[in-house]
Amino acid sequence: MSEEPVRLAAEAVARRSYGKLVAYLAARTRDVAGAEDALSEAFAAALADWPASGIPRVPEAWLLTVARRKLIDAARRRQTGEQAAVELLLAAEPAAGDSAADFEIPDDRLRLMFACAHPAIDAGVRAPLILQTILGFDAVTIASAFLVSPTAMGQRLVRAKNRIRLAGIPFRVPEMDNLRERLDAVLEAIYAAYAEGWSDPAGTAARRHQLSEEGIWLGRLVATLLPDEPEALGLVALMLHAEARRDARRDAAGDYVPLDEQDPAAWNGALIDEAEALLLRASRLGAIGRFQLEAAVQSAHAARRRSGLTDWAAIERLYDALLAITASPVVAINRAIARAETQGPAEGLAALDALVADTRLLDYQPYWAARAALLAKSGRGADAAQAYRRAVGLESDPAVRRFLQRRLAELAT
Amino acid sequence: MQYMLLIYGNERQMQSRSQADNEATLAAYTAYGEALRKAGVIVGGNRLKPSEAATSVRTVNGKTQVLNGPYAETKEQLGGYFMIEAPDLDAAISWASRCPGASHGTVEVRPIWTM
Repeated sequence: MSEEPVRLAAEAVARRSYGKLVAYLAARTRDVAGAEDALSEAFAAALADWPASGIPRVPEAWLLTVARRKLIDAARRRQTGEQAAVELLLAAEPAAGDSAADFEIPDDRLRLMFACAHPAIDAGVRAPLILQTILGFDAVTIASAFLVSPTAMGQRLVRAKNRIRLAGIPFRVPEMDNLRERLDAVLEAIYAAYAEGWSDPAGTAARRHQLSEEGIWLGRLVATLLPDEPEALGLVALMLHAEARRDARRDAAGDYVPLDEQDPAAWNGALIDEAEALLLRASRLGAIGRFQLEAAVQSAHAARRRSGLTDWAAIERLYDALLAITASPVVAINRAIARAETQGPAEGLAALDALVADTRLLDYQPYWAARAALLAKSGRGADAAQAYRRAVGLESDPAVRRFLQRRLAELAT
Repeated sequence: MQYMLLIYGNERQMQSRSQADNEATLAAYTAYGEALRKAGVIVGGNRLKPSEAATSVRTVNGKTQVLNGPYAETKEQLGGYFMIEAPDLDAAISWASRCPGASHGTVEVRPIWTM
């Protein structure tokens, strides 16, 4: 057999099963880095052996057998006494002969995700860690998506994996009393991955766009594995709503189009319908949470597609509830914008004024943009211009900057 | 795995507390130690005398330097420890969270290096 079909077969297995194989090995040895190394050696062995021996009927089983042998060899070389432990852990599983037609790898990906998003792992590295271990992203790709240097990202990932092993972080879906809280960390990490991809509206960086797709994929995976967790369903609904409007954020000239000026016909109806169905299922489970509320806000905006109207009173109530849960200044800004729609710009401005004590907002573009828009509506042109200039100065996306500058110019006319 | 639960607290605050408060804390530690024993997880544990009793030693160029005081002057000082046997970090954390030291100071959870 020539090398090309072998390479394609190996790539197909990697796409299909990489995360499952890493999770299976890591969950049994607690050694994520060791599992990744053993698996990459197994893939290398496959590329060398398969051209002569043929592609095995169950390639995953073949890879697993080789990777397990590599793990045991590595433990022997280290001679630290963990060899026996590793052999025991791996031997406890039924041997995966490649003749087993019904061989199925137990799906430990959820357990691996809970280990990666454990509270003992630095919050900023949880999403990157999940992307690397479940999806096989390399540190360079992750670093460019999260805008940090590859060296720094590589070191943080190595440290986190060491920590899982040294501190004895369990590979386990937590028990009920811890589940909600721990699941939040898993969902937050997935949302962080999605948001990194979403923040590239022009879609120029293919890697970041891919990050959004993978975020949705991971969210769907968790929602499938934990079908009765309303927040998992809520997160997928939220991501699908955002995804449905991805292309509508830019016009033909590549300029920024704010949500209230988007043409609902440009939204992806199929994604919205799926999001609505998920949100409905979540609401029937009777435990409200942050992601369901955020998805509900997006759902209220999406309703304009049918009614032509936006129910701002409902949106304000949802933001009230969100603010009570998260105490996030970003939520508070959005609530102020909703309030301006229901009570007039003066009320909205009063709500924004109440936030000035939070110094983090001084460098936050959406705060100044919201302020500027409400000042303009109140007829305070000079103050609005000042706020718009501040917003322009804080924006990094050229399209959004142009949009803000256009608004600034319109003030004068 | 074995874990060390290192209990850090503000010594000055502890020393200025009332007799009744001290007795209540002591009773809480006694009960906690008993719970560890009943669960069969305790390996060892001790309360340490205040850091004013501490002496720090290091050898530099073959000469022994003896320093009067703890290794680091911090607001919170190491005041005691428990060593426990736990299957994983979550189990260790759940024991640490029940330690009276966790409510008036900080309990650091450190795995023991097994050779």
